[in-house]
Amino acid sequence: MSTAANAGFSLMANLPALQVVVPMVAAPICTFLRFRNGPWAFALLVSAATFWISANLLMQVLGGDVISYEMGGWAPPFGIEYRVDTINAFVLLIVSGVSLIALPYALRSVEREVPRDKHHLFYAAWLLCLCGMLGITITGDAFNIFVFLEISSLSTYMLLASGRDPRALTAAFQYLVLGTLGATFILIGVGLLYIMTGTLNIADLAERLGPVSDTTSVRAAAAFLTVGIALKFALFPAHFWLPNGYAYSPSAVGVFLSATATKVSIYVLLRFQFTVFGDIPAFAELDFATLLLPFAVVAFLVGSTVAIFQTDLKRLLAWSSIAQIGYMVAGIGLGGIDGLTAGIVHLFNHAVTKAALFMAAGAIFLRVGSMHIDKLAGIGKTMPFTTLAFVLAGLSLIGVPTTVGFISKWYLILAALQHGATGYAIAALVLASSLLAVIYVWRVVEVAYFREPATNHEVTEAPLSMLLPLWALTIGCFYFGLETGYSVDIARAAAQSLLGVTP
Amino acid sequence: MIEHLVPRILAKLLIPFILLFGLYVQFHGDFGPGGGFQAGVIFAAGIILYALIYGLDRARSVVTPGLVSFLVALGLLIYAGVGVATLLLGAEFLNYNALDSHDPVHGQHLGILIIEFGVGVTVAAVMITIFYQFAGRLKITRELECDETDDADEEEMTGSPR
Repeated sequence: MSTAANAGFSLMANLPALQVVVPMVAAPICTFLRFRNGPWAFALLVSAATFWISANLLMQVLGGDVISYEMGGWAPPFGIEYRVDTINAFVLLIVSGVSLIALPYALRSVEREVPRDKHHLFYAAWLLCLCGMLGITITGDAFNIFVFLEISSLSTYMLLASGRDPRALTAAFQYLVLGTLGATFILIGVGLLYIMTGTLNIADLAERLGPVSDTTSVRAAAAFLTVGIALKFALFPAHFWLPNGYAYSPSAVGVFLSATATKVSIYVLLRFQFTVFGDIPAFAELDFATLLLPFAVVAFLVGSTVAIFQTDLKRLLAWSSIAQIGYMVAGIGLGGIDGLTAGIVHLFNHAVTKAALFMAAGAIFLRVGSMHIDKLAGIGKTMPFTTLAFVLAGLSLIGVPTTVGFISKWYLILAALQHGATGYAIAALVLASSLLAVIYVWRVVEVAYFREPATNHEVTEAPLSMLLPLWALTIGCFYFGLETGYSVDIARAAAQSLLGVTP
Repeated sequence: MIEHLVPRILAKLLIPFILLFGLYVQFHGDFGPGGGFQAGVIFAAGIILYALIYGLDRARSVVTPGLVSFLVALGLLIYAGVGVATLLLGAEFLNYNALDSHDPVHGQHLGILIIEFGVGVTVAAVMITIFYQFAGRLKITRELECDETDDADEEEMTGSPR
């Protein structure tokens, strides 16, 4: 234990703790704010602070450094360590950035979809969810991951069920059952690792696992962890909770969660697969990452196909998310620097694209009051800016060149082509799945632009507080599609740090 | 239940001791078995017993739902506040050593005492909230059932003392 230094408060030295503590302290304060828009403004302010912190953390670790923070002054491996390297700094930035850009958008959506007397609780749950996801990402302690997973999951159940749509209650309950199952599996996995090694610190686990790695307990731990985490990020066939959850919750929740929740779980998968189990020879023949590959391929094929047949716009987007998760896992399964880069860069690219699409869908829902695709007739004329943003972000979902979607698929196919015949087959299937995406995006375009608007009620353009975040993300789809310096380089550095390769 | 004399008298005798025992488990947690979680549940059990014997409405007028929801947040703030205090004193988050500049062991003592108090407050408040929510729901469903049968059994209902 280090002795207390009387050096006074240092902001920069405590950034890793503040990353989690700021939203955690803000959540209970948020429940005290009962005046109009107070909780919203406060959550926005807190979100801006967390974004500033994660931007600073990323800046500090980009050179290849690792920040280690001793919680409570207890040195690792005995105490809880917060450990920031390139990959989790990148995920922290995605999570806090999405929260920051989704909150201005949330104002009107939440006003309409969440009862007024529940606003302070809604934004408190939002902040807790943010705190949980940041905590999962930043912590270097396996059990701490589980604790923050529970914080983010419990607040997610609340967020999903907070709207007026009664179908959201069953969707949230379904997620509660599956999410608890997933969390239990993760806990069993962590418990088995703890029994075998006597440590919970991830870096320490990786070192101590070597001598005992060829045991049934460790193999069972790896299996429990993989299945549990896969449940959390809705990998096919454990995806059932996702479409209803995202479709029937308030629009802002769909934006926030679709762009962050699954990404954080995929980060946890990466952390266990590579940092903990990465160097173990016994696992080389039983490669868990490759084991995930068939599921990933089925996920993007089934996800894209089912999306075509959806009549509810948000459900369509949710099914497309299942397909996109397939792409990310496919990249991770293909492995190597290129495969991992593809998977990690798609975390970012999909967050930008899907947040934009859910924002457009939510803006349409605010004005039309329905998500049924037939009700969107002529929306291209009545809400031109929203629809145009939807179409442009849709192009990114398909993977048209100059968009971020193209970048992801480019690296994914590059990685696939290094794997011989199976690689060629996977590359072909990725292209086929992209064509399916053309169909489901076109279905919306066809209804929006080539049908006459219903005359019985007036539909006007979405409010500016929704259009600005929407267009910021839509422009982001193209900006990061042309200027790949940030996203791809950071993803590559992250992949290198995971594989332990020095650039 | 309201009519039964024995439980009413016994509850009246027991409740102060239950609350006192809750406080003992809370603040003696440093030296013996106990701590915030157990103490919070014991304390809440005292309030819940009161609600069971004397009715939900009277319990709610003593421990109001507004107060309880305030306490849920307050407990977490006490816990996190200690962490923020240690940050401001120049140490890591929740490094209790910083709480006492002369004797780190004292600091550790003080720190664990305060955060366990925060845990106790939140746990007790959450237990009471859960009880209020479920019991309140039972009341709502009963009222709804009464409304439905009201028209049919109106004569019968007015005849019987409520």
